[in-house]
Amino acid sequence: MLNVTEKQGWLKFLVIISVALLVNLAQNAAAMTDEDCLDCHTDPDLTVEVDGKTVQLTLDGDKFAGSVHADNGCVSCHEEADVEEAPHPYPMARVDCANCHDDIAEIFADSLHGQALENNDPYAPKCIDCHGKHDILSMQDKDSPTYVMNVPFTCGRCHQEGSPMTLTHDIGKHNILKNFSMSIHGEGLFRKGLTVTAVCSSCHTAHNVLPHTDPNSTISRLNVVKTCMKCHANIEDAHTKIVRGELWETEPHKVPACVECHGPHQARRVLYEDSLNDQFCLKCHGNPDLKKILANGEERILYVNVDDFEHSIHQEKRIACAKCHVNVDHQKNPVCQDSGPVDCSICHAQVVDLYDKSTHGMLVAKNDKNAPVCTECHGTHGVMSKSNFESPIFARNIPDLCGRCHREGEKAALRYTGKQHDIVKHYQMSIHGRGLSQSGLMVSATCTNCHTAHSMLPASNPESSVNRENIITACAQCHLGIAEKFSSSIHSPQVSKTDKKLPVCNDCHTSHTISRHDTAGFRGLILDECGTCHEHETDTYFETYHGKASMLSGGEKTAKCSDCHGAHDILPAYYSESRLNRRHVVETCKKCHPGSNRKFTGYLTHATHHDRDKYPYLFYTFWGMTGLLVGTFAFFGIHTLFWVPRSFRERFKKRREHSRQSILKKDE
Amino acid sequence: MDNPQVEYVQRFSIFPRFLHFLVIVSFLTLAVTGMALKFASERWAEFVADFFGSFEVLGALHRLMAIVTFTYFALTFVLMYQNWRKSGKSIVQFILYKDSMIPNLNDAKELIQTFKWFFGLGPQPQYGRWTYWEKFDFMAVFWGVAVIGTTGLCLWFPETFTIFIPGYWINIATIIHSDEALLASGFIFTIHFFNTHLRPEKFPMDPVIFTGTMPLEELRHERPREYAELVAAGKLDEIKVPPTPRWFFVVSHVFGFTALAIGLTLVVSIIYSMVFLYVK
Repeated sequence: MLNVTEKQGWLKFLVIISVALLVNLAQNAAAMTDEDCLDCHTDPDLTVEVDGKTVQLTLDGDKFAGSVHADNGCVSCHEEADVEEAPHPYPMARVDCANCHDDIAEIFADSLHGQALENNDPYAPKCIDCHGKHDILSMQDKDSPTYVMNVPFTCGRCHQEGSPMTLTHDIGKHNILKNFSMSIHGEGLFRKGLTVTAVCSSCHTAHNVLPHTDPNSTISRLNVVKTCMKCHANIEDAHTKIVRGELWETEPHKVPACVECHGPHQARRVLYEDSLNDQFCLKCHGNPDLKKILANGEERILYVNVDDFEHSIHQEKRIACAKCHVNVDHQKNPVCQDSGPVDCSICHAQVVDLYDKSTHGMLVAKNDKNAPVCTECHGTHGVMSKSNFESPIFARNIPDLCGRCHREGEKAALRYTGKQHDIVKHYQMSIHGRGLSQSGLMVSATCTNCHTAHSMLPASNPESSVNRENIITACAQCHLGIAEKFSSSIHSPQVSKTDKKLPVCNDCHTSHTISRHDTAGFRGLILDECGTCHEHETDTYFETYHGKASMLSGGEKTAKCSDCHGAHDILPAYYSESRLNRRHVVETCKKCHPGSNRKFTGYLTHATHHDRDKYPYLFYTFWGMTGLLVGTFAFFGIHTLFWVPRSFRERFKKRREHSRQSILKKDE
Repeated sequence: MDNPQVEYVQRFSIFPRFLHFLVIVSFLTLAVTGMALKFASERWAEFVADFFGSFEVLGALHRLMAIVTFTYFALTFVLMYQNWRKSGKSIVQFILYKDSMIPNLNDAKELIQTFKWFFGLGPQPQYGRWTYWEKFDFMAVFWGVAVIGTTGLCLWFPETFTIFIPGYWINIATIIHSDEALLASGFIFTIHFFNTHLRPEKFPMDPVIFTGTMPLEELRHERPREYAELVAAGKLDEIKVPPTPRWFFVVSHVFGFTALAIGLTLVVSIIYSMVFLYVK
């Protein structure tokens, strides 16, 4: 009930009304002016009792004058107050912003807030809760509750942890305001004063706030990317290493949404808190008995050992279950039902690209049952960094890892038809294998250093890292100095322009049995290796002292091809840099023969006495000696041959004489 | 020998027997170690090298025995000198007389007579102290040591030798050394073994080079001219000696058979290798 207490009030009222009347007359129609309204509504004593509560009906005229609605006039909102004479009827209907802002009101009505309002949620916000009443300011105005700097506080009035609204409503996210203020967005806003940074309404919109489970929500899994990209327009370029650009648009369900890595209210540059709750997954998958019967009757254990995951690289990087198991559908129960296998390319796109082109990847494409997939080598939930000693892909563990299939008798070795056998055993006895496993030298090459980790291809494939064309590059990863030397040797295609097959590293050093060059085994092997192309030189070498002695035990010490010709810097003698060039040959021989001199180097290390044109002296000496030998044996051979029968005859005669004599003696 | 009534005469004094012992030891060692290198690609050569340890051990033994060879070569001159002084002849007479170590016209005659005897065209010649084949063996050692010795030194000290000779001469020295050694080993292990030990008259071996003594009967039959000359000069009793002690006789045989076995095994290996190496 209107309770006007002061008579003076009436007087004032009358004055105002008369003034208003005058103005109204002058203005042709308007019955009530803002001044008319403010006449009463600036009086601090203007109150009404509503349900026993005193409600003040006064407002700050200056603030109203500064508001966005100042020019519209009170009656444009409070239509019922547009009366000829005060007072206006009371009570009046609630101001309906939709009268003017019908488009926004429509959106708002479907929003979470609008729905709550309709459901008479006592905490449902109305327009005025955010925008104010008579003091509504433009969102550009720094004093406006909708000014970007003030938005978190405006929203926080309800969404602050501990507020009545948060206590009575089940909201998935907690500590929203606190987290936001510590996030990169909050930091930008509060500490750096950046007005372009995202606030609540930037992501959730101002009026169309919807839960993320609503497909129409700006923060739903399908839309959140678009939302983020309003500001982070070129983010795809920054994420090419993680996310294949096209997937983002064509198959968004396969790609983690922004918020899956960058926690919605906690986005930081590096620290990405879990967005989906792992505990939720482990409620079921933490049970060791959890199984699934497949269509073919097989049982699949669905238990996830948390301990494994705890030590995994994904845990270290805060990768939540849902970030790999992306096909989670909230409509299903359980949500992960038929989510299918994990596609590692979601994050490891480049690596999977390489893998797809490898022998392993191609086998997978053919549905070969032996084909190793990512998890075969990397494990599943316990996936570890290659720097972790326990990891199967830690350098020292790689021979065993690859050996699981490539060891003799295992599935990969069984289908292999090439010449390399017992590769794991041979590798382990090689300089690389012993360096790695016995000396603990972590720079030692292991399988993946030569074959690569994900692009392994048979050596016959031109793309293979161990193909003849590429093997030098592969070895040069570690043996760069040698490779550089080799590139200026006669065996290098840069020096020898020839169609003939030039040797590459593994022709001499082998692939898996690589040993130190000074071991007896390797020194013996040199001769065979060089001999495969330089047959004549090897044959004649074996006719000289070096070659003959090298065939006997301890023979590894005598000069081998590389001792004179060099190994990687090998050049024909006519090159001035050659070890056999006139300038260097005395020095070369001196390595073993300290007394080496110019004439000494004239020794023919590949001499043969079978070549009359090249080595006439040797040829005639040999045949002279052979003549002497044949002559001597011919003479004495004949001598003996005739002597033998004569001797027997003489003995026979003698025996006969002897027996005759004894007969005669007896007769006597 | 078992018969105490058999009379023995001295053929070799201790000095030449010692020299021959040095020859056997050094020659066998040189032959085995050298042939293992020459036929290095053969399995038996590998076995020899493995047995001794390595080719370096073979080389060391070969050089050690080279020193022994040069030693006995020098000592032979001492022996010759002693024999010359004992003979009371002038140096020219000593070289040219019938029983000199140098082959002469008489040896040629005996060679022809021997061939006639082979064909039953005449009696066996009246051999003296040295038959022509024994003289050849002796001279062959001289020839061999000279040739193999000098070329061997070239191979032993190539850096020093090439101060004077071209490097490729080392290759020539290798061929001469190796082929001459092949000739020497082949000759000793076949011809010498047969002429001295394996022919029916001596089979299985003649121990005289170890014991120094031979039965008087054998002297009379094998070397009738020497026997006759000794009888004529009345010196036969001077060279009569008691039989060799049994233990020494046994040791001689053991040593002799060992040497024979090694030599024969090696020559069989060489022939086998020569056939298969060059047939290959």
